[in-house]
Amino acid sequence: MTVLEMKDVSKSFLGVKALHKVRFDLKKGEVHALVGENGAGKSTLMKIIAGIHQPDEGEILLHGKPVALSSPTVSQRHGIAIIHQELNLVPGMSVAENIFLGREPKKRGVFSDFKFMVSETRKLLERFELILDPKATVGKLSIGEQQIVEIAKAMSMNAEVLIMDEPTAVLEERESRKLFELIQQFKSKGVSIVYISHRLNELKGFCDRLTVLRDGHYVNTLPMDGLSERDIANMMVGRELSDLYPARRRQPGEEILRVEQLTLKSHFQDVSFSVRRGEIVGFAGLIGAGRTELARTVFGDWQPERGQIYWKGRKADFRDPLSAVSAGIALATEDRKQSGLFLEMSVTNNISVTTPRKISKWNFVRRHAENRLVAEFIGKLNVKVKKPSRPVKHLSGGNQQKVVLAKWMAAESELFILDEPTRGIDVGAKREIYERIAELAEEGKGIIVISSELPELLGLCDRIIVMHHGKITGELDHAAANEQNVMALATGL
Amino acid sequence: MSNTVEEIKTESGRNRNWIGVIWEQYSVLFALLVLVVFASVLSEYFLTVANITNILRQVSIVGILSLGMTFVIILGGIDLSVGSVLALSGTVVMAAQVNYASSIPVSILLGLLAGLLLGLVNGLLITYGKITAFIATLAMMTIARSLALYYADAGAISGMNSAYAKIGNNYALGIPIPVIIFAVMVFLSYVVLEKTVFGRHIYAVGGNTQAARLSAIPVFRVTILSYMICGLTAAIGSVIETSRLNSVSTSTSGNMYELDAIAAVIIGGASLAGGKGRILGTLFGVLILGVLSNVMNLLNISPYLQGVVKGVIIVAAVLLQRRE
Repeated sequence: MTVLEMKDVSKSFLGVKALHKVRFDLKKGEVHALVGENGAGKSTLMKIIAGIHQPDEGEILLHGKPVALSSPTVSQRHGIAIIHQELNLVPGMSVAENIFLGREPKKRGVFSDFKFMVSETRKLLERFELILDPKATVGKLSIGEQQIVEIAKAMSMNAEVLIMDEPTAVLEERESRKLFELIQQFKSKGVSIVYISHRLNELKGFCDRLTVLRDGHYVNTLPMDGLSERDIANMMVGRELSDLYPARRRQPGEEILRVEQLTLKSHFQDVSFSVRRGEIVGFAGLIGAGRTELARTVFGDWQPERGQIYWKGRKADFRDPLSAVSAGIALATEDRKQSGLFLEMSVTNNISVTTPRKISKWNFVRRHAENRLVAEFIGKLNVKVKKPSRPVKHLSGGNQQKVVLAKWMAAESELFILDEPTRGIDVGAKREIYERIAELAEEGKGIIVISSELPELLGLCDRIIVMHHGKITGELDHAAANEQNVMALATGL
Repeated sequence: MSNTVEEIKTESGRNRNWIGVIWEQYSVLFALLVLVVFASVLSEYFLTVANITNILRQVSIVGILSLGMTFVIILGGIDLSVGSVLALSGTVVMAAQVNYASSIPVSILLGLLAGLLLGLVNGLLITYGKITAFIATLAMMTIARSLALYYADAGAISGMNSAYAKIGNNYALGIPIPVIIFAVMVFLSYVVLEKTVFGRHIYAVGGNTQAARLSAIPVFRVTILSYMICGLTAAIGSVIETSRLNSVSTSTSGNMYELDAIAAVIIGGASLAGGKGRILGTLFGVLILGVLSNVMNLLNISPYLQGVVKGVIIVAAVLLQRRE
């Protein structure tokens, strides 16, 4: 019996189509895995079921009847509960208070009835054989236990559909196993579960069916039996990955940047490295390793406490980004919307912003010169935009990233520092950006790529520098680097 | 793949937004036209040359202030000091003439310099001093007013040279000189904001300060210059204001002008969050406020009630322009 069905659901955000006529159905008492790469639209689809987002088009049926899930409250009333990646609990309150948050039972109409809450919570926990003290303070529980509180909260609302968005991402092995047992129990009680995960190996054990999304499109729904991890991965990516990275046809030239003993105590210490012309140098490391802060410091946005930067063999002292840019350094930040683009301004203005001299005379903008310059780089980077005069916010993530690259190419930069250059963009655009980066290196520019995607660094870079806790822990060249040795250095083992 | 995504978006975007775009660009003009039609129906005197000329002359001072205010609001800032800067600049102009026997051009020059200087101080406090614009200009508002009051003992300084009064009272080609000055200022402001790199930078800083700094835009210079322009417009306003009566009243000159200027800029479609606004929008905003108060006077509506109408118009303008 089908509990929930979604037909041809589409949704866009600020011009980026997140879902494109996606269908999905959920049977009573099944565990349905939902998989796809980052940005495939999994979370968006689930947020529509949870009433957080409204679809632009399409239909949602509950028990065969069309419903409008116009808000999270409406969705909850229909028996749908979602456990988010980030938990939504009040740390200072007890387990029982968290479970009844917003619908506290009242004594004499005014006072909240703590005793009643505790006894109800105890019953609930016993029903699912959960071992937790209803009076315990949530902030003192482990992440796994907190997640159980979230689940108990969902079950207390008599949910028949439970959505779990990457629940094991924050769990330890033991806690994960406990969670899987719990899921089996819910299943036997007739609860339908949507299970979103990146970890393909864990799906096998308890999922009945699997739906794959790719770039906002529905790919397939299949029974879990007989599917291998490799089958699933291929469906998710939709192409062989080996041809994603361009061939390496470059010869590193003279040194362009050298950094010696650079220190900004709270972020990185005694960092020394160099970049040559025609070379792509990768920076690997975990979040908080100090890579972004190092980039900001080389770019003159932050001032180092100690150490020296040499630019083209001479001592350089970049007081601010303006002086770094004048010297020929470019920085594409990790967050293009926050610090890379002027979202309300046109594509044209976003590209020409770094080259005021080329497009103006006596401070007056020469439209023709500007349009010619912008058209040149829109062409070079294959930015898909019909009218460059439209605000850049209407472009997709990949095209926005191309605009960021275009503005620094227009500035004729000689060293490109690219912080997470392909975050949140689709595979097609990624590949184009890799090609442009390789071309820039072939033209003799120096390139620094900071990325948290290890395959990207391994596929693209001539050399990988690994940082851990603000220090460089190793340097590997292309031939020597692999996932294992980079990870080992990044985790400080 | 990404190709189809973008194409679908621009197609549907264009169809859906065709009316939206026109509304976004011209809603203020449309509102002004509706207001003018109503006014001419309600009062036959409204659409006479004398009355229109009168409205334009009345709005010219706050109008010029609104132009400078447009710069700083697009920048994401605000300038609460313009009314007081007007009073202090006016005091400088009149004092130069009366107490130091300066010629008219020299006295005007000194007044404009005063405006620029006060704007510079605002800009320095906001950039290097890292004080939010609201607080910095609030301080400047009380300081400038206080200096003017102290100098003249809260009284007025009246000029002897009747030639000075010509600026505010005479006509050229049948148009009042203040209106001509206002028109020239509208044109200059339009050119600077829309046609120059500096204007671009103002929108960029207002739209995303962090991205502006990381795109090698001289954020401090742009900010300081914008506040100096704002101070300059206040000083130009002071010249017209003082020459109307050939006198400056240190206690009343420019009182609350900053609020009228901010209102005009907001009605004109700018956003206090920055990055958004147009000189022509501000011009229409100024005219809407001017026509409104003129009509209410013609219809004998109590001046005590006119503030209600003004307030409603400000709220309505913001609500109408809130799209997406």
